[in-house]
Amino acid sequence: MAVYGFRRGVTGRIVLRVDEVEKGLLTALLTQLVEFVEPDGELPDDPLAQLVGIDPGAETPDDPALARLFPDAYHDDPEAAAEFRRFTERSLRQTKVANATTALQTLARSGEKVTLTADEATCWLGAITDLRLALGSRLGISEESLEELAALPDDDPRVATYHVYDWLTFLQESLVQSVMP
Amino acid sequence: MTTAPTDLERPASAEDAVVDRPWITIVWNDPVNLMSYVTYVFMTYFKYPREKAERLMMQVHNDGRAVVSNGRREEMERDVTAMHSYGLWATLSKDD
Repeated sequence: MAVYGFRRGVTGRIVLRVDEVEKGLLTALLTQLVEFVEPDGELPDDPLAQLVGIDPGAETPDDPALARLFPDAYHDDPEAAAEFRRFTERSLRQTKVANATTALQTLARSGEKVTLTADEATCWLGAITDLRLALGSRLGISEESLEELAALPDDDPRVATYHVYDWLTFLQESLVQSVMP
Repeated sequence: MTTAPTDLERPASAEDAVVDRPWITIVWNDPVNLMSYVTYVFMTYFKYPREKAERLMMQVHNDGRAVVSNGRREEMERDVTAMHSYGLWATLSKDD
């Protein structure tokens, strides 16, 4: 697929070069990401809880991909981890939704060259990271399995997902190089 | 004229010596995040110079984890939340 990815232009702006097919794929992926990470359910009626974004129902997600996107903050203290999650997970979800939403808005601009502000590029970094974490979890990616995944036969059901993951890796590397201070 | 590089370890500041820093933030290795991205996050969020950011990134990569910051509990909770928003796998714990 793309041989361009993200680049830093002569004016210092970050430019994403994508054709219509790639735009459509990224739009579909980012839209799914928003649905995947957006907070589910309303906050309780307690106005104070709403004000500070406390979510008393927040628990470590069963889905491994969500558990990777919203990890426990305490390694060996489940109680502290649960408490921390109730206070922070909702706003972390909102941050991730905002990143993906901003990326979607920039894709909606016309043309094959999408010029980004520094803030928009930062949102893209977060959104591609979250997409790769989610897909990587679905693929069961580990240090050991990468070679195996790269050599999958064409009829393996994971091939399409792996190709998308691999393309996102390329995009992410090009974006990191573009924004590196 | 010689411009000798000064790559000596920076001595701990006077402030570091007196402030109580009993909590640490640990970043754990994961097979997805790119080495360049992890370096970028350490440079951008913690404002670490490239050398320090790369050293910590390599420590995460080779040892499975690295202590990336220390301080008061609330500060470490802030750092962990930031790492999670960048997509890095991080935890905090008491430094003992």
